[in-house]
Order: sequence, then C-alpha cells, then structure tokens
Amino acid sequence: MQTALFLAILVLTGTAGDLCITRAMKWIGSPADLRPVTIANVLARALTQQWMWAGILLHALAFFAFLALLSWTNVSVVVPASALSYVVGAVGAKLFLREHVSAPRWAGVFLIGFGVALVLAG
Amino acid sequence: MKLRTGVLIALTILCNSVGNVLLGIGMKRVGDVRAWAVESVAALAWRMLTTSTIWIGAGTLLLFLIFYMLLLSWADYSYVQPATAAGYAIVPLLGHAIAEEPLSPVRWGGILLICFGVALVGQTPMRTTAVG
Repeated sequence: MQTALFLAILVLTGTAGDLCITRAMKWIGSPADLRPVTIANVLARALTQQWMWAGILLHALAFFAFLALLSWTNVSVVVPASALSYVVGAVGAKLFLREHVSAPRWAGVFLIGFGVALVLAG
Repeated sequence: MKLRTGVLIALTILCNSVGNVLLGIGMKRVGDVRAWAVESVAALAWRMLTTSTIWIGAGTLLLFLIFYMLLLSWADYSYVQPATAAGYAIVPLLGHAIAEEPLSPVRWGGILLICFGVALVGQTPMRTTAVG
C-alpha cells in the first residue's frame, strides 16, 4: 500500500513538473547553439519563469518520493514502474500543452503501459 | 537539429540511467525509510547527506534535467519523454551488473515492449506546436 501511494506521488508530481517545465522552455525558445555560455543564458532565463519554479517544486516532491521508494524497493522495479507517467504525460501534453498526439504516439504510449504491467508482474 | 536532438537524447538517457543506479546504491547504504518520527527522519537525512554515492547520483540527475530542459525547448514533451525511454533497457542492465539486482524473463519482456512502444513514438514528428 505504501509502495503504491509513493509510486502515485512519484508519477503525478513528476509528470506535472515536466509539463510545467515544458511550458516554461517553450516560452524561452531553443538555444542558438550548445556552447556552455549559451546554455547558461537559456537556463538563467528559464529561472525567471513562474512555470519553471512550479516544475522544480513538483520535481523536488517527486525526487523525495523516489528516494523513499528506493530505500525499500529495487531500482529495476521503481524506475520501470514510474513509466506509468507515459500515459499521464501524453494526456497532459494534449490537454495542457495542446500538442498533437497522433495515433502512432497513442499506440506507443499504450504499448509502454502494457510493458509496465508486465514489468510489475515480473 | 536532428543530430543535436539525437546527441542530447543519448546524453539524457545516459545521465538518467547512471544517476538512478547510483541513487539506488546510495539509498541501500542509507537504510530503510519506514519510521517517520522526527529523530528518525533527521538521522536518515544526515546519513543521506554524508553518502557520497547519493551526491554523485543527484549531480548526474541534475545534468539529466539540464539536457532534458534543452530538448523541451524545441521538441514536443510527448516526443521527448518516450524517446528517452531507452533507459528502461539500460537501468535494469546496470542494476543487474552493478547492484546485482535480480531480473526475471517476464520483466525483461516488459522492458522490451516498452522500448518497442518508444520506437513507435519516435517515428512521429519531433514538434507539433510553435515555439515561443
């Protein structure tokens, strides 16, 4: 029961954090190149976005749930189980970020979900 | 753009996989989190702060987050998130090789199915929304 609760916290806060960070990064736009100075400038601008801070806070919650899970469960169980966030993430990307989730993407997401069920059964 | 995306996805997978395995090893050294009394949590936090493997794991995961953020600045979340799932093949492999964690054939089958789904998602366009 405790493991299921912490897995739910991990999936929901981690995915919500990703969605917030994506929204912030889409506002910032892509860097012109990948030089360290350019990356540092992009990250500094990202930290001025409220969505970024919301994402960081949610990721911190997910991180502590992850650490707690790792203390009593193997990493090869926790990490694949957290792939449930693929389904939650696709729904969030469509509703919150207005991304076009095509049929092949949905198919891939459901294959991943089935794979996760197999991983848990194993 | 495609080469840059491929390189960053590879770095993202590597940092995420290595960071997760290092944290797994570190938390096993710290011990079980079952008691939630203030003294127990404080003692646990101190053990975590003094475990070098956890620091290296957290640093590696910070690198993962930076690479992930850069990818999200030009590609869809619903593309980047599945594209980075090759780590599901790498994490159990590292967990098995480094931490000697057991892996059943069914679990391996599930991991392969996840990777197949990820490959399917990878065939779709990288971006479906405008940036900025």
